[in-house]
Amino acid sequence: MNAARLDWPSWVVVPALVALALPAMSFATWITLTVAGTAMGMMLFLMASGLTLIFGLMDVLNFAHGAFITIGAYMAVTVLGAASGLVAADSLGLNLLALLAAVAAAAVVAGAVGWGFERVIVRRVYGSHLRQILITMGGLIIAGQLVIALWGPQPLLLAKPAALRGSFVLAGAAIEKYRMVAVGLGLIVYAAMHLTLNRTRIGLLVRAGVENREMVEALGYRIRRLFVLVFVAGTALAGIGGVMWAVYQELVTAEIGGEMTILVFIVVIIGGLGSVTGCFVGAVLVGLVANYVGFLSPKLALGSNILLMVAVLLWRPRGLFPVGRE
Amino acid sequence: MSGVRRASRPSGWSRIVSGDRPGHPVATALVVLLLVLLAVAPFVFPGTRSQAAASRICVFIVLAASFDILLGYTGIVSFAHTMFFAFGAYGVAIPLANGWVGWHAILVGTLGGTALAVVVAAGIGLLSLRVQAIFFSMITLAVASFAQILATQLRDLTGGEDGLTFSLPRVLTPAYRLLPDPVLGVRVDGRLVTYYLIFLAALALFLLMLRVVNSPFGRVLQAIRENAFRAEALGYRTVVYRTLANCIAAAVAALAGVLMAILLRYNGPQATLSFTVMVDILLMVVIGGMGTLYGPALGAAVIVLAQFYLQPGLQAVSDQLAGLPLLPSLFHPDRWLLWLGLLFVLIVYFFPAGIIGSLRQRGR
Repeated sequence: MNAARLDWPSWVVVPALVALALPAMSFATWITLTVAGTAMGMMLFLMASGLTLIFGLMDVLNFAHGAFITIGAYMAVTVLGAASGLVAADSLGLNLLALLAAVAAAAVVAGAVGWGFERVIVRRVYGSHLRQILITMGGLIIAGQLVIALWGPQPLLLAKPAALRGSFVLAGAAIEKYRMVAVGLGLIVYAAMHLTLNRTRIGLLVRAGVENREMVEALGYRIRRLFVLVFVAGTALAGIGGVMWAVYQELVTAEIGGEMTILVFIVVIIGGLGSVTGCFVGAVLVGLVANYVGFLSPKLALGSNILLMVAVLLWRPRGLFPVGRE
Repeated sequence: MSGVRRASRPSGWSRIVSGDRPGHPVATALVVLLLVLLAVAPFVFPGTRSQAAASRICVFIVLAASFDILLGYTGIVSFAHTMFFAFGAYGVAIPLANGWVGWHAILVGTLGGTALAVVVAAGIGLLSLRVQAIFFSMITLAVASFAQILATQLRDLTGGEDGLTFSLPRVLTPAYRLLPDPVLGVRVDGRLVTYYLIFLAALALFLLMLRVVNSPFGRVLQAIRENAFRAEALGYRTVVYRTLANCIAAAVAALAGVLMAILLRYNGPQATLSFTVMVDILLMVVIGGMGTLYGPALGAAVIVLAQFYLQPGLQAVSDQLAGLPLLPSLFHPDRWLLWLGLLFVLIVYFFPAGIIGSLRQRGR
């Protein structure tokens, strides 16, 4: 009804949270945690944005999305392991080159696997949520086991590029360098996505398709072809998110995708399924809450995401930025 | 999925199964065979290992059938079913492991675990089902993973990763002799009593679930599964019905958890809470046939037997392939889940009605 008037509280949530956190801690801690939370949010956004677009466009909920995060993480191990010279070099340029190579490799491999996944697995179950959930869950299990078969069951260690280790001090607050890279990459991707969606013809069709698929199809556009593109882009983004997260954690296990899937789901539910803006806000919100709560009461940190989701759903049952369609 | 089935005026045997028969001669034969084999298992297949397999089948029949109420009859996918299973198991394990041995402890634990399961199920349902059923799957996944973290972190209460080992009332221990002499060559000891306790409880719960899905309430669930919008338009509050189905399924799963704890005399995250158990349940329901209740029962038998007797086979294949690249690691016994996952995807594709569902379609 009065959706436009109700919209502003959703935008205020993040600034309000950041402002509310300040009195609870010292200024330096506040800066450190806010940057850390934003960085985590950006990485979550990379992983979640594909999922929310895929759902918005084709009503497909891909439970195997986490598998592409895992693929990205293992590609990071492989590429950074192969380029150990670049990783160890004490030059920011060479380090970023190595990271960029890992990101590119992960995007290509995850995107290619995503393309195959769409053709073989997802295409046959359009329109039936039940079968989608079951099939993609099966896909997640298979992918996780294949990763173990290929890379072995033991956790793999991963070294951060030399120049990105450690932190610098800003206004008395220690800020990890790598987090700034994550924030930078996240903002670039968000900007690129925003521009693509709002300033290009393909973006226009994608947005129109999210709003009303039948109408766009009736006008003669092949939404399915567009959807393959979005699916591949979404899985490639998940792969990039996997690289960033793996390098951040410096440890990769086969469960990484499954663990992140849960956070990613919480992000897209909070943001509103199908909404890119909601996904961005939701990701930052989850990242910030995880860091603030982790500092203020570590015992609560375990459940903070779930509690956040419950709180948001009680307030806004369809998420912060619900997409038009009922 | 089979449509909404109506039974014609049930009588005699038919009343026991609430007028819902397996629906095809072969299906009936399979179900009767399973029932008879389970009923006489300790006498026909003596030995600890086969008895463990038989009791496990009984427990998983209840668990898979209760999951079918959600998946097959209501059409919603829950990933928190193992959590409710674990609530029941921990409910019994926690008092018994803390030195309160006796039937009282089991009773209190059962009631406590089941009550907790129902409350949490109602909470999840009311929170997630009022908007889109698809939220339900995502939220149950999140809540289940939270429960898994809790179970491993709250070490004082749950024993963490190690779990809880406890002893049962004397009647249920192997040392107890009910009859001085063996019957048909089998000692009538506490282990036998435990088996029949589990078997009879499983049978009763299964018949109860048949009653539920064939009641007017069950018909509404199936109507919601077929077309939620139309059911709502007819005046049925879909949120309420789906949430109730979730509560019933959760309560039965918790009771299955109680049986599991009694069977193992142990409970830990790996036994009842792990994601592997969830995959097993999904497979049982899908292989046997969603929305049939008999199907999940057969599926439970198939999967448990496969676990008990096929895993060594995988080891043999792996040994045969030693020396070849990659193949040995694909057939490694720990990659068991890979083959289950593959099987699962293939079944959902090509055989979505499962064993019982396919037979019913043929019989029509």
